[in-house]
Amino acid sequence: MITIIDYNAGNIRSVQRACAEVGIEAVTTASPADVLRADRLIFPGVGAAPSAMDYLKKTGLDAALVGAFNAGTPVLGICLGAQIVLESSEEGPQKCLGLLPGKTVRFRLKDPRLKIPHMGWNGVRAVRPHPLLDGIQEGDEFYFVHSFYPRPAREDNVYAVTDYGGDFCSALGYKNLFAAQFHPEKSGRLGLQLLERFTRWDGSVATG
Amino acid sequence: MLSKRLVVCLDVRGGKLAKSIKFVDTRDIGDPIAKARQYYEDGVDELVFYDITASREGRDIMINFVEEVASQIFIPFSVGGGIRSVEDATRLRNAGAEKVNVNTAAVKRRELISEIARAIGAQSTILSMDIRKVTPNPDIPCGYEIVVNGGVTPTGIDALWWAREGEKLGAGELVINSIDADGTKEGYEINLTRMIADAVTIPVIASGGAGKPEHLVEVVTEGHADAALVASIVHYGEYTCRQLKEYLHDRGVKVRMNY
Repeated sequence: MITIIDYNAGNIRSVQRACAEVGIEAVTTASPADVLRADRLIFPGVGAAPSAMDYLKKTGLDAALVGAFNAGTPVLGICLGAQIVLESSEEGPQKCLGLLPGKTVRFRLKDPRLKIPHMGWNGVRAVRPHPLLDGIQEGDEFYFVHSFYPRPAREDNVYAVTDYGGDFCSALGYKNLFAAQFHPEKSGRLGLQLLERFTRWDGSVATG
Repeated sequence: MLSKRLVVCLDVRGGKLAKSIKFVDTRDIGDPIAKARQYYEDGVDELVFYDITASREGRDIMINFVEEVASQIFIPFSVGGGIRSVEDATRLRNAGAEKVNVNTAAVKRRELISEIARAIGAQSTILSMDIRKVTPNPDIPCGYEIVVNGGVTPTGIDALWWAREGEKLGAGELVINSIDADGTKEGYEINLTRMIADAVTIPVIASGGAGKPEHLVEVVTEGHADAALVASIVHYGEYTCRQLKEYLHDRGVKVRMNY
C-alpha cells in the first residue's frame, strides 16, 4: 500500500490513477500521523515551492515527512516533490525540507530557442545505478513540466540527468529517498514501470 | 533537447466519437476512449479531445468522460471546445486534463486567457486559433485572419497579432489550425506555421492538412512547429502512430521512440 501526501499541490489524483493502473492500492492523506505510519510514501506536487513549503509547515506535514524519511520509509518525490526535499530553492526565501544537501535553481538558458518552462518529452540518462532506474536505457524519454530543477550539492546524489541547454539533474536519490523531476504518472509505460518498481523497493540503494 | 510531439485529435460529442468525422467504419471507432487507449499504446505523445457538445448536460458528461480518459491514458492530454469560463477550465483540469484549449470565447473576451492561466497555470493554457488566408490589408497585414465558431465566422483579426497577444495574455502554447489546409491532406500551412512559431516564445502545435508522413516532417522542420497534430490519417487507419513516429525518427527528427 502506498500513501500519497496530499498537501494542496496538484496532481494527487493523476498519481493515484497511475498507481491503480499498475495494480497498486494508493491512498491519499493530509494527516501527519498517517504519513508517519505509512509503508511507503509518494510526495508529488506541481506549483511553487514557497506556497508548498508554507502549507507543509502549517499542517505539520513537513516534520512528519522528515520523520518518516529518518525512520527509513521509502519515499518517491515527483516534480516539486523532487525540489523541496533539498535545503532551499531560488523560487523563494523559505527553508525547504533539507532531506539532503542542495538547492533548487532556475533554468538559465543561453539559447533563445529553448523555452521555459521545459515542457514535453525529453531523455533521461541514468548516471549511476539505482533500483528504480533499472532497465532505463539511453534515450528513454519522460514527460517534464517545470521551470526550476534540483541541484544536489553532492554529485553522488545525482542518479539521472537530462539535456536541456546542458545537463541538469532529473532524478536524485539519497538513502531511502528517490525523486524525479519528470512525471512518471504522465510518462506512459516507462513511467508506470518506475512506479511499479517503487512498490517493490526496500529503500536501499544498489551499489551496481 | 525536447522531442517533437505527435498529437492526435479526437472529436467527442456526449462522450461518443462525433459523426462529423467521416470515418470509414464508424463501428470500429465509436468509443473514443478505446481509440485513445490504442493511440496511447501505439506511441502518441499527446491527445486532444475536442468537445463539440452544446448543452449543459453535455458538459457534465464531458467531465465524466475526462475522468475516464485520465484513468486509462497516462500521457498528457488536453480538452477543448466551448470553454467559456475559469470554472469550465478548472473543472476539466481537476478531472484530469493536463491542459485546456480556448478558442472562440477568448476572441470574444481576451481576459479569459489570463484568468485561466492564473487559475491553472500558463503551461496548462492553450490558445487554439482557426486561421484562413486572406489578401493582406491594413487590418490584417500578415495575410491570415482569425475565424471563430468552428472556423465559419471571420473576425477581422490579424492572426500574427492574435498569436503574440495570446502569449502576452498568458497562453502557454498555441494551436495553429489552418482552415484552408484542413481536410485537404495536402500538407500543413508551412508559411503560416513558421511565421507564428518564429514570432512567439511558446510552443506551437501545427494542425490541419496532414495527409502523409512527409507532411509531419515538413512542419516540424521547415515550419518550426514543436508538435504536429493529426486526426483523419490515423482515425481512418491509413497510418498508425508508430508508423508516423518511425518515419519522423528515420528522417532525423528527435521523437520519443520507446513507449
